[in-house]
Amino acid sequence: MFGPVGATPYSGTWFMHAANSSYRVLVGFLLAAASGVLIGCLIGWFRLASDLVDPVIQILRPIPITAWVPFAVIFFGIRDGSAFFLIALGAFFPIVVNTAAGVAGTPKLLVRAARMLGIRPHMLLPRVVLPAAMPFIFTGLRLGIGLAWVLVIVAEMMAVKSGLGFAMWDAYYFLRLDIIIAAMLSVGALGFLSDLALRLMGRWTLRWSRGL
Amino acid sequence: MNQPLAADASPNRQRRIVVRGLRKRFSDIARQEQIIALDGIDLEIADDEFLTVLGPSGCGKTTLLNVVAGFEEASGGEVRVDGQSVIKPGPDRGVVFQEYALFPWLTVEQNIEFGLRERRVPRAKRKARVRQQIASVGLSGFGQRYPQELSGGMRQRVALARVLVNDPKILLMDEPFAALDAQTRSIMQQELLRVWSADRRTAIFITHNIEEAILLGDRVVVMTARPGRIKDIVAVELPRPRDVTSAEFNQIRRHIAVLLEAEVQATFAAMETGQPP
Repeated sequence: MFGPVGATPYSGTWFMHAANSSYRVLVGFLLAAASGVLIGCLIGWFRLASDLVDPVIQILRPIPITAWVPFAVIFFGIRDGSAFFLIALGAFFPIVVNTAAGVAGTPKLLVRAARMLGIRPHMLLPRVVLPAAMPFIFTGLRLGIGLAWVLVIVAEMMAVKSGLGFAMWDAYYFLRLDIIIAAMLSVGALGFLSDLALRLMGRWTLRWSRGL
Repeated sequence: MNQPLAADASPNRQRRIVVRGLRKRFSDIARQEQIIALDGIDLEIADDEFLTVLGPSGCGKTTLLNVVAGFEEASGGEVRVDGQSVIKPGPDRGVVFQEYALFPWLTVEQNIEFGLRERRVPRAKRKARVRQQIASVGLSGFGQRYPQELSGGMRQRVALARVLVNDPKILLMDEPFAALDAQTRSIMQQELLRVWSADRRTAIFITHNIEEAILLGDRVVVMTARPGRIKDIVAVELPRPRDVTSAEFNQIRRHIAVLLEAEVQATFAAMETGQPP
């Protein structure tokens, strides 16, 4: 995978595959994070959303993401869209469930304190509930990014024609175990780095909870 | 039981808080029974008065404070503040909680600034008032710390500063010093009196400590065991600062201790038989 392009079918392609996979993980994860935190807040805060939306999520959640592959290919084709969809869907569940739990668990006392200090009702969510739920949200995000790397490989093996997952599957046909192992280690390293980035962000955001 | 205002009331003393026939019921869904927390409370509090409320645990004294604060709705009767019926909490009634209730993700400064920011006080004015408030409760140099990094006494100073900065008409305190050690508690009591004496805003202070109730209050409301009623209101006409070892102080203490003892016994008896007193 390293070395000059064309020396072997895999030479010089590492960066392209790794960049493709990373790009898909990033887009899928951002979609999952945005929708997961938003819907998680609604479920955790509004009774109506909890009654209506939560059962749907709990029914969809046990369905393995691989089961969605045919569906994704039919709707999004053998293109990035399929990978975005599968990754976003998979990473969405841990994020939404954790966010909802964090939001619902906002200490009642802090809500009272904020109301006593004259908070405008619509500011309660951004200024009290969301910060209080942050430790949960970060747990959800970390679980989500881990799943995103699992799913990018699944998506690339089955629904897209580039990336580390594709390279792995392709190498499998030629029994190039060395390439497969290289791709596996690459996913491991990239997954570790993305988790590290999230951890550092979390540590900064949650600096108030040090030693808690 | 409707006590008149203290006899030495100056002519411009106003009734700030009027509680009439206040009742509060809770339903315990798990046990399918109704709990009567407050059963007909009548109380008038003058605008410059420090009122302490004393009672056995579970007597509804916190519930009384919560209704005045606007956190809980009355099941019957009403609470009026300056003639207005209380329907929701607001910055005119600052509450200091036993568990501090500081926002852990905000620094000391940001916690104190919270109310001003919510009411869109301009930044420069906000900063100046916060700085002044931090100094007046003895927190200078701790503005950038997080609550987790502070001791209990310091946290309660922050909580006090956080409400005082909003210049509330009324200060409501729910056993604010109960979690502190004896020395810190004593210092905080003195600090509170110093801060309160500066502008004598209306204060309601809940406690289960007899000495604290007499040390701080102009009047001490003694409550009965559940269902909470007012058993007696004892005026404390000792000049401040009060000497807890003086004969007069201890006379009042003995009087209140006898009143309270009967109620504590009633609470225990109820716990043993499982019957409401």
